Amino acid sequence: MAPCALCPASSPSRAILRRPKTLQPVCKACFFLVFETEIHHAIMGSGQAETGAKGKGKELFRRGERVAIGASGGKDSTVLAHIMTLLNERYDYGLDLCLLSIDEGISGYRDASLDTVKRNAEQYGLPLKILSYHELYGGWTMDRVVGEIGKKGNCTYCGVFRRQALDRGAHLLTVDHVVTGHNADDVAETVLMNVLRGDIARLERCTAITTGADLPPLEEDGLDALPRTIKRSKPFKYTYEKEIVMYAYFKKLDYHSTECIYSPTAYRGHARALVKDLESVRPSAIVDIIYSGEAMAASLKLLGRNAGGIDEAVDKGVTIKQRAVQKTCVRCGSLTSQDLCQACVLLESLNLGVAKIGLEKAPSVVSI
Amino acid sequence: MADSEAASTSHTLQLTVEFGGGMELLFSNIPSHSITIPRFYDPARLSSPAPPTAPTPPTGTPVDIRFLIWWLREYLLVDKARPELFSQGETIRPGILILINSTDWELEGELEYRVQEGDEVVFISTLHGG
Repeated sequence: MAPCALCPASSPSRAILRRPKTLQPVCKACFFLVFETEIHHAIMGSGQAETGAKGKGKELFRRGERVAIGASGGKDSTVLAHIMTLLNERYDYGLDLCLLSIDEGISGYRDASLDTVKRNAEQYGLPLKILSYHELYGGWTMDRVVGEIGKKGNCTYCGVFRRQALDRGAHLLTVDHVVTGHNADDVAETVLMNVLRGDIARLERCTAITTGADLPPLEEDGLDALPRTIKRSKPFKYTYEKEIVMYAYFKKLDYHSTECIYSPTAYRGHARALVKDLESVRPSAIVDIIYSGEAMAASLKLLGRNAGGIDEAVDKGVTIKQRAVQKTCVRCGSLTSQDLCQACVLLESLNLGVAKIGLEKAPSVVSI
Repeated sequence: MADSEAASTSHTLQLTVEFGGGMELLFSNIPSHSITIPRFYDPARLSSPAPPTAPTPPTGTPVDIRFLIWWLREYLLVDKARPELFSQGETIRPGILILINSTDWELEGELEYRVQEGDEVVFISTLHGG
């Protein structure tokens, strides 16, 4: 029997789990406590790359903030709903919580998991809003998108549409902060994907625990324009997927677990396989990759460094493509680096019937 | 094959195997199985093609998780054309967690843990959306 490393040394309980982050054997009670407390610390700002004035990270939330929990009915969002409700009470964050769910219109996958979200809403006493691609995007469910463009590049559509759907849902619920269940494994996979594809712009942003907080609202807001400051946070940024699953298992939290039927062809699958293999050899690899990602993001922000910042390139007479600057979509007002946001561009190409012709990168802007 | 009516003999033992996190789909959509496996095995035979039923030698290496993974792949997994969804080489596919009597297999010796009569081994997949 392995004794729990966190129990008092005089009377340790029997350990039931080996923590991947620290390789410590822990008993059930200590596991629940350390799991919940570490997330509380992440929310309070410790252990983050972004540091505030006192060298400590910024707290994720303000008292009284309305926060929507992006809920899919899967393991991460179910545990997230549970944890946010628990911590909000235990540490008196004073947050106004609700659940927000997006129906992409993938039959056999999303319909079943939405039932789980409805149960979660009841169990935690949270209001629930469900938005569908069907109503948001003129009938373009993912099933229909795949029917149009096939199974390569469909994840791009889904991801772009979902992000905007979350923004719109947040707007309808009058929240200015959305939290999602992205865990440490997800962030590590994203870092690896962005490195493998040389996507510097995304690499800069993907390790931030909160995104979207930096753009100020425009003065000339139309009534239908989306607010530009919907923040998105990942309280589980440093939480291992293994621990999330074990927490749900031992707490008997009910969640839905099926793979999206289109996921076998996704690029992320390769990154995930690599991360999982690395974890089995050296479990700390996951947080180590996140740390590397944070370090890379920090170094990318410093122009003029030897790694090829813009000033150095200009000195050498090299034309360098300006990295994208964030502005707002002329059609729907969402955050974008082009004139039209990606969702509007993709919708445009679907509606014109040109989407199936080719999708290597994001389609170039179609003039309206 | 899985035979829940056969009593344990000195050459076999019974245990419960459970599948969660979507893995039950690989095993006829049944989450809980009561199975009877040999008590001993010959490790050298794991790399050869599996016979129609697992041999039950009276002596040999006591069965362990390494054997159990092989046994489940050869005799309980429905889609034998895609073993990589369950195992990777002789070990479990990374991303599938194993609990032995509600304890992390990493605390019980992983592949080396010797399966006992009446054990409950749970396989939970983490390889799906959250």
